[in-house]
Amino acid sequence: MFRRLPDPRARAVHFTFDGEALTANSGDSVAAALLGAGIEHSRTTPKSGTARAPYCMMGVCFECLIEIDGVANRQGCLVEVRDGMAVRRQQGAPGLPEDLADEGGQ
Amino acid sequence: MTRIDLAIIGAGPAGMEAAATARETGLSVLLIDEQPEPGGQIWRAIECNVSERPDNLVFLGPDYAAGAARAERFRASGANYWPSAMVWHLDNPETGDKTALVAWDGVTRQVQARSVLLATGAMERPVPIPGWTLPGVMSIGAAQTMLKSSGLYPEAPLVLAGSGPLLLLFAVQCHAAGIPISAVLDTTPAGAMTRGLPHLPKALLGWRTLLKGRRLMQALASSGIPVYRHVRNLEALGADSVERVRCTSDGQTVEIEATTLLLHEGVVPNPQLTRLIGCEHRWNAAQRCFHPMLSDRGETSVPGVFVAGDGGGIGGAPAAENTGRIAALEIAEELGAVNRPSGDIEIVKARDNLRAQMAVRPLLDAMYPPPDWIGKLDGDVLVCRCEEVSARAVRGAVADGAPGPNQAKAFLRAGMGPCQGRMCGLTVTEILADAHGKEPDAIGYYRIRPPIKPVTVGELAALDGAD
Amino acid sequence: MAGSSDVIVVGGGLVGSAVAYGLAREGATVTILDEGDVAFRASRGNFGLVWVQGKGDGMPDYASWTRRSKDLYQGFADGMLEHNGRDIELKQEGGLELCLGEDAYRENEDEIRRMHNQPGVGENDRRMIDADEVRKIMPLVGPEVTGASFSPHDGHVNPLYLLHSLHAAARQLGVRYVSGAKTLSIARDGDGFRAETEAGEFRAGKLVIAAGIANKWLAPMVGLDIPVNPNRGHILITERMQPVMPMLLVNARQTADGTINFGNSHEDAGYDTSINPAKLGEIARNVVRYFPILKNVRVVRTWSALRVMAPDGFPIYRESETAPGAFSISCHSGVTLAAAHALDLAPTILNGGFNDRFAAFSPERFNVSPAA
Repeated sequence: MFRRLPDPRARAVHFTFDGEALTANSGDSVAAALLGAGIEHSRTTPKSGTARAPYCMMGVCFECLIEIDGVANRQGCLVEVRDGMAVRRQQGAPGLPEDLADEGGQ
Repeated sequence: MTRIDLAIIGAGPAGMEAAATARETGLSVLLIDEQPEPGGQIWRAIECNVSERPDNLVFLGPDYAAGAARAERFRASGANYWPSAMVWHLDNPETGDKTALVAWDGVTRQVQARSVLLATGAMERPVPIPGWTLPGVMSIGAAQTMLKSSGLYPEAPLVLAGSGPLLLLFAVQCHAAGIPISAVLDTTPAGAMTRGLPHLPKALLGWRTLLKGRRLMQALASSGIPVYRHVRNLEALGADSVERVRCTSDGQTVEIEATTLLLHEGVVPNPQLTRLIGCEHRWNAAQRCFHPMLSDRGETSVPGVFVAGDGGGIGGAPAAENTGRIAALEIAEELGAVNRPSGDIEIVKARDNLRAQMAVRPLLDAMYPPPDWIGKLDGDVLVCRCEEVSARAVRGAVADGAPGPNQAKAFLRAGMGPCQGRMCGLTVTEILADAHGKEPDAIGYYRIRPPIKPVTVGELAALDGAD
Repeated sequence: MAGSSDVIVVGGGLVGSAVAYGLAREGATVTILDEGDVAFRASRGNFGLVWVQGKGDGMPDYASWTRRSKDLYQGFADGMLEHNGRDIELKQEGGLELCLGEDAYRENEDEIRRMHNQPGVGENDRRMIDADEVRKIMPLVGPEVTGASFSPHDGHVNPLYLLHSLHAAARQLGVRYVSGAKTLSIARDGDGFRAETEAGEFRAGKLVIAAGIANKWLAPMVGLDIPVNPNRGHILITERMQPVMPMLLVNARQTADGTINFGNSHEDAGYDTSINPAKLGEIARNVVRYFPILKNVRVVRTWSALRVMAPDGFPIYRESETAPGAFSISCHSGVTLAAAHALDLAPTILNGGFNDRFAAFSPERFNVSPAA
């Protein structure tokens, strides 16, 4: 778990994780925002379904892959968190985008 | 299509210095970087800390704060700058300019450059211990990045394990910020001073670095943080996340509670771009990693492609700045830049500085040797995190005839996941070298293919080659 | 280092290792001489199709040979498992060639008609299906798709696991595999042959050259002229996805791992295996036309590899008449034909009558004088 040093000038950013409202600081990456909010694991692996969390925080390890605003497998450590973002845990391999899947299934 | 004299990839110390220098000579410059702000990993979020969190500069230390002036110089240089942009391919046609394919703002842009300078820096050596994929296990660099970028720090109980200057620095930074550390598990083998001594006379040329190192060691010693020495057989234990760390220290088994375990075994050049474009590499036995072969001008075996900074071999930030400066001046000469009145003198000066900065490397390499156990790995420990390939499976591929990492990759899918082998490349080479009884140079490395980071089908579809 | 065996197989790719495995099954002692870790290695860039439809247009023997391999495949896969091979993810549930636009639909239709009329081809089960039926099978196709040709005989494997499986099974059957042994020269040696390699000299009674493009310069050493040339293909490989492709296509397949491979590009680029970004764009644009829904799927890797192409695109198999016991085997369908190579071609190498059995695949077909 992570804690935050006092930051008097911080501006709060409101986003959701799996539908739950969470708060981060502006300038946080999505990966940092989740760790700061106590989210222990941000994805499960496509092969065995094992829980994983960010490892390198510099764009190298791809452990922070996450769904952001409906787009799967984004590198959470390289995307800045924004107000209103809908973030979802990446559960294994992604399927088709939801809205398009409906369209395709007609 | 953007046309430019010099494309620089990476906005760390080497890239920023090269951009500013090249601009002074009159070259047109584009600097492309993955991060939203300049600074690289060492000066990560420097502008933000200066403007928003100046208090944090105190515990992050003067070497970090020094990045502010560098970022300012770069910003004022007139170089074009694409932050939050990702180079996913570098094309090196037999004739004509190099082309970088850059994903920026949701589309791929093509950049044609007369010369390319790769300043993509280092990454931390992956440390494949049992349990290293558990949530709660991170690299020390990752935790330092969170501290710099977000003021986030791991709650107690926090354990640091590994070896080398970054571990020392981060422990001292945490202590100065009042962040409690349960234990430091120092994996440096016994006899560091004895190993270092023969290199000391030469290293004295870099006395500033030595003094800093000494101060860090003293600060850790006086911090009261428990330090376990000569640590081996490190394991992260836990069900859903890390709960305990086990190791041996001076031969005794030690088990410590931890909700965060931070690992660090030195840094190695980030190989993706130099491999992608086909530069020749050599194994550095002292640092147990591959380096691109560079001329003293900083040019790789691929004409017109230069490397500066830690991506060409580990030297630290001040050395990176000098290599960036040298490469920029050499490129300016090659491209016939209009404004380089005392370029040759400047190169000589930069080379002298570089020599002093590099003088301590043999001492550091001797004192903090890279892990000797990675090539010996066997059993269930995961080597490839993405595709979940074990050390045992890598050895099995050898038994089935894989002579090197590319055949092993085909057999096992190791290195085929989204990280494209960044996290398993060195480990697989080391295990194959061990299994075949050969040197890593004879084993080789993954062939790196574009895109070096995933791009969408739609982004690729927008490429027509004629643009 | 010298070594002696019944047969030397030059080349450890899909063709060479399938032949070596087949020889070893028959009880022969075999040595595979392979290059190092970085070879051209068409096998590693293979698309993985066990493909029947459309094969052999213009050469009925190739059509029946392809069907034979297809029929042998399940037994071939099971046989490797018995010898410590691995699951190669074989699926033979049929395949589609999608048509974009009316012209493409008519072309496929014509091909079916043409091949029906060729003696021995008998592609009886291949048929055209319309856009509605395609959508029932493959809901993700886009509005530009006008239909498809469907054959129930098409299938696929994981080509990398096939290569691994062949190596593992061959090893269990006692095949000696020597890497870093690029073959420099081949010469007759008493009743047999001698191969000089970068790893020393090897001897055997028989010698099979299955070295891909390199057959072009190795086969003349045993008196054979094999006019193969490289043809570059690109493949795009996506991140792992949930199963979204219910059926195999000639240019797109989802593997058991969940990654989707897109490919089927052809390009004459000499021996250059570098990636051509314009080609990637072309393939990706087609993907978006076939499957607009996949435009946000991520490509994690691209491949380019060199197909081994004869002037007419068909295999070339021949035993040397001036140096009997030396064979040259080349084709671009290393996966589709693997079963036939292992279970039919390899035994014929040992049992004799090779040139009669494979007369249609002789390189002499390229030497017909213009007046004839």
